[in-house]
Amino acid sequence: MSELWHLFLSAAFVDNMPLTLFLGLCTFLALSRRPEAAIGLGIAMTGVLGVTVPLNYLIYQAFLTPGTWAWAGLPDIDLSYLALIAFIGVIAASVQLLEMLLDRFFPATHAAFGVFLPLLTVQCAILAGSLFMVERSYDFLQSAVFGLGSGVGFAIAVAMLGAIRTRLAYSDLPASLRGLGIAFVLAGLMSLGFAAFSQMAAAQ
Amino acid sequence: MAQPPNLWNTLTDPLIRQNPVTLQILGLCSALAVTTGLATALTMSISLTVVLTLAAGVISLIRRHIPDTIRLILQIVIVASLVIVIDQVLQAYFSEISKALSVYVGLITTNCLVLGRTEAYARHHTPLPAMVDAFGNGLGYSLVLMIVGGLRELFGKGELFGFQVLPLVDQGGWFTPLSLMLLAPSAFFLLGLLVWAVRAVLPEQAEAREHTPPLSTEPAE
Repeated sequence: MSELWHLFLSAAFVDNMPLTLFLGLCTFLALSRRPEAAIGLGIAMTGVLGVTVPLNYLIYQAFLTPGTWAWAGLPDIDLSYLALIAFIGVIAASVQLLEMLLDRFFPATHAAFGVFLPLLTVQCAILAGSLFMVERSYDFLQSAVFGLGSGVGFAIAVAMLGAIRTRLAYSDLPASLRGLGIAFVLAGLMSLGFAAFSQMAAAQ
Repeated sequence: MAQPPNLWNTLTDPLIRQNPVTLQILGLCSALAVTTGLATALTMSISLTVVLTLAAGVISLIRRHIPDTIRLILQIVIVASLVIVIDQVLQAYFSEISKALSVYVGLITTNCLVLGRTEAYARHHTPLPAMVDAFGNGLGYSLVLMIVGGLRELFGKGELFGFQVLPLVDQGGWFTPLSLMLLAPSAFFLLGLLVWAVRAVLPEQAEAREHTPPLSTEPAE
């Protein structure tokens, strides 16, 4: 149990997706102008990551690892290079499914971040979650916890950046630094703060 | 496409004026993650440019046959197939660099730059301009990557492409490596400063004020 909790914390803070691993930055910077949008994005990310990583684990184990086709008389076949296409298909399908479910059962939530949902298909952080799951060979439970943890980490980071950037609307910046430039510098400062977590992990 | 687009402009516009990273905010993830050294930055740039150009060509060829409703998934599958090829080539011939790039090669699939260009340009143009546009964007992306990668490697390790350029203190030289340059935050800072520099030179790229101080209280977009 404590190991899973540790994995959750390290996925959320030490290996924070946008700030330490630079994943999902495009949406991270593009949608963090307003805190409401940022929080919506964070929730959507947590949901999609929490679903797709374990789902991709099952698909990878069932069809793509070397030797899984032995029952069909093809013991030598190794389809792991197809992982990328399989994962992206699963992600696109689950994003679509999530959108339909939300639309049917929670129309208010769907309206709140309907625009961002389809965008999540091409979110690097989501695909990276699945790729890390393969690279670090997590088991089913671990991959579920890892997916949720990364999603929560992303949500925290994007909500914080959104909150800071709303305040910045009132600041008097040099014209050419406004918008993207200062957002990068802010993300850098936040990343410096998150770097402290890696020291914590190293001390353990 | 009323008049044929000017190919030279299509190629050179994305280099600085319409740079994909500093202006369009596309393809940031990999731009920051792989820039600890010039060698990885260069590999990433080449892979991305190849994938982008080929994908734009293929998608532009079949653009009249793609149903609108499933175009995203089709485009992604085409891009993913190309990325798998690149990944296999890298693993076969440059296994050291391939390990250093880890999952980021696979992430070219979801690089917003690729999908952004195919969606915004290749889908509406004939193959030649589509590929020229893709190549130009690839070059613009590479330019940013090389600048950030070069600065980080130079000041972080005193090296360029793995060769010692600045003599280190512990080897009798004068240069103390700034190890912060190799960590995540400096990539953000460098890119932020780069955006600042580009927009200082080209003031028309600066973003409008969200809030105009004393006179009007309406936040202007």
